[in-house]
Amino acid sequence: MTSVSETAAAPGTRQIAGLSLTRWRAIGIVGFLAAACVLPFFLSNYHNLQLATVVIYAIALMGLNILTGFNGQISLGHGAFYAIGAYTTAILTTKFGVPYWATVPVAGVICLVVGFLIGLPALRLEGLYLALATFALALATPQLLKFKPLDPWTGGVQGVLLRRSASNPPWGLPLTRDQWLYFLCLAIAIPMFWAARNLIRGRTGRAIVAIRDHPVAAETMGVNIAIYKSAAFGVSALYTGVAGALGAVVVGFVAPESFPLFLSLSLLVGIVVGGLASISGAIFGAIFIEFVPNLSDELARSIPAIAQWLLGFTPSVAEQAATAAQWTIYGLVLIAFMYAMPTGVAGFIRLLWSRLARGFGEGG
Amino acid sequence: MAAFLHQVFSGLATGGIYASVALALVMIYQATHHVNFAQGEMAMFSTYICSSLIGWGLPYWIAFLLTLVIAFLGGLAIERIVVRPVEKAPVLSVVIVFIGLLVIINSMAGAIYSYTQTSFPSPFPSDAWYASSYINAHEVGSIVVTLAVLVLVYAFFRFTPLGLAMRAAAQNPVSSRLVGIRVGWMLGVGWGLAAAIGAVAGMMAAPIFFLDPNMMGSILLYSFAGALLGGIDNPWGAVIGGFAMGVLENLAGAYLVGTEIKLSVALIIIVGVLVARPSGLFGRQLVSRV
Amino acid sequence: MTALLETRSLAAFYGPTQVLYEVDLDVAEGGITALLGANGAGKTTLLRALCAMVRSEGTIRFGGGSLSGLATEDVVRRGIAHVPDGRGTFVHLSVEENLRLGAYVRRDKAEVARDFERVFGYFPRLRERRAQQAGTLSGGEQQMLAIARALMLRPRLLLLDEPSFGLAPLIVRDIFTILHTINREDRVSMLVVEQNANLALDLADNAYLLETGRMVMSGTAERIRGDEAVRRSYLGY
Repeated sequence: MTSVSETAAAPGTRQIAGLSLTRWRAIGIVGFLAAACVLPFFLSNYHNLQLATVVIYAIALMGLNILTGFNGQISLGHGAFYAIGAYTTAILTTKFGVPYWATVPVAGVICLVVGFLIGLPALRLEGLYLALATFALALATPQLLKFKPLDPWTGGVQGVLLRRSASNPPWGLPLTRDQWLYFLCLAIAIPMFWAARNLIRGRTGRAIVAIRDHPVAAETMGVNIAIYKSAAFGVSALYTGVAGALGAVVVGFVAPESFPLFLSLSLLVGIVVGGLASISGAIFGAIFIEFVPNLSDELARSIPAIAQWLLGFTPSVAEQAATAAQWTIYGLVLIAFMYAMPTGVAGFIRLLWSRLARGFGEGG
Repeated sequence: MAAFLHQVFSGLATGGIYASVALALVMIYQATHHVNFAQGEMAMFSTYICSSLIGWGLPYWIAFLLTLVIAFLGGLAIERIVVRPVEKAPVLSVVIVFIGLLVIINSMAGAIYSYTQTSFPSPFPSDAWYASSYINAHEVGSIVVTLAVLVLVYAFFRFTPLGLAMRAAAQNPVSSRLVGIRVGWMLGVGWGLAAAIGAVAGMMAAPIFFLDPNMMGSILLYSFAGALLGGIDNPWGAVIGGFAMGVLENLAGAYLVGTEIKLSVALIIIVGVLVARPSGLFGRQLVSRV
Repeated sequence: MTALLETRSLAAFYGPTQVLYEVDLDVAEGGITALLGANGAGKTTLLRALCAMVRSEGTIRFGGGSLSGLATEDVVRRGIAHVPDGRGTFVHLSVEENLRLGAYVRRDKAEVARDFERVFGYFPRLRERRAQQAGTLSGGEQQMLAIARALMLRPRLLLLDEPSFGLAPLIVRDIFTILHTINREDRVSMLVVEQNANLALDLADNAYLLETGRMVMSGTAERIRGDEAVRRSYLGY
């Protein structure tokens, strides 16, 4: 009886339909990228904006995942880095006339430094204590952004408006502004993901994972815990800062209330739902936090019982009530996700994949 | 001098509120090693319930007590129904569940009661005999009520068999089972108690901070800071930390940084405590065995 | 004498790993049974399986009724007190509070008070230290406290996991003498897990020998003690 997988594979290599898992993964990635490049031409401007936001969130989540997923340091406060990146771009473009694309690396570097500096005291904190400290940071971020002495730069409560025309497609490319921004974000995201992948696969990646799983053992093997942990903080802040900078360009406006607690919480939700310690998890997570709130909203309005109940209110109150219903559904979806997939979407897929591979490998 | 005293006294009043929420946080932390990020929302929702009860004609103190019962049952139900299935899940998944809970409760409050601020009555008439120029009637009443609650809770844990069983279940669930304690239910009761304490805090806070679904956000932050300052695993510390935060907040706001960024004071304290002395002023110094 | 405790084909698992295989064991009413074996043989696991602390399959009957499907808290209410390895003291609570917890499931206040006296009678040192925090007691005192706490349940069956572990010989001798007294006077049946085979065989009426999860020998204490192989492997001569 011949086996389904006939090719001469190395012993132990799992195969499905004649191709190794690595091959399948490569095919998947290429296909995904191809789709990503073609999609914008079939979508409306609004949807392209959403796609761009997904890419931006994915970059931010990749950063947070490096810190929390791979290195085990729980941060509930990454919204602060997002805000720093966003404000960097806003201030540099409006006050100093720096072209917007040039502000992105600057935002990254600033956040790298700030992140590293925050990472130093964070060395003292474990698990829940770090989560609490960063939660406090997230709660305080909007207030800190309203710090009066900084008003000339930050624009205080009013915030800063970016010139939309500055981010029009250059070189007369036949793209709409939203398409152009999407491709810009994609063009930045791809090398950043590539870099993250190499980082994680290499010595550094193994070191930071070792620190997460067995800090004492890692130390005895010569890994400098302090440097790696602070560096992880810095790098993750860099990614999130870049995302914030791009976010400022896409949205065109920054204000203290744009970076509430909920942003930081959403980022954490993103990596946990997407899948901790996984690169694809960042993408799944970004899709979740961008679309599920909207889907919850549509769901909320479409459930007849809710619609009926909403009719009993005046329009403005009905609007508030609908918002409330939307977030209630979101919260329920969140909890349901954690019951069903505690290891996130990526973890779930990994499980399915290994079941499939096992099934085929033993077949025949 | 009068202004200073006024700041201190009203700081004690808000401090009592922070102390209560801090105690609720520490209770749940001690029992489960999880921080209930939804604690503030639960307290806020309980306060809204009380507001409804009063609106339906119940006298204040009856509504107050009824709210405590409802909050207790609600906390118990949440623990048994929502938290229990993820007890064994990774820490971060539990955090997400708490965040989900936070979002749900907050939006349900918004849905049922809308997001506009409403007023909430104080049971302490403003011309009462204990009011003075340093401290108004509600502030006095608030301090008395929160202190009474804290004393009752202490007495419960110290002197009753159920309280002893709950302490045991929090410290050593395995041994607790071996003496017949139903650890799962102890956790539920713990959550219920924490919810009731939070409800008291909310009902004392609402006349001061005005009732809206986001009322507890900054209160939660100060309570965290207080709990950490006193020691996240020490109920006494949490209480003292909470009172201290109230006074510090007022003094810092009045004399140091202005009321705009008072929240950052809490943040600085949190970071400072965690960096200088993570176990807090009164917490146990944790020694980890290599 | 009818068996107070009876297991048939008892198997136990840590997750997917099986660690006990087809264990048949009896503890007679009023008797003391020893469970011997080297490290890792599965002795502690067996005690845990009896108290539903690990997943198990097979039959466990106690006092005529089945224990299968019961949670630990309910097994305790049937009258089985377990002194776990490591003693399981509530280290942050006082000695008195530890003892009070031992009687948690009991409703008869007067009898509980009497048991306090009885237990202090066996272990006078605990009376001296009744207000002290349990974690500050010495190893021997904590072992006494653990046994005392178990006695506060007024159990029909006492499970003891390595009561001699880490204790000085004199203290161990005292404790085992007291166990003997408790068995005779209060008619508490016992199942004692011990690595110190000599000690266990002195105390017990009969014994079982476990090796890597299987029962390899059973019989009266005399017979086991006289066995050549046992003497060489476990008794050291």
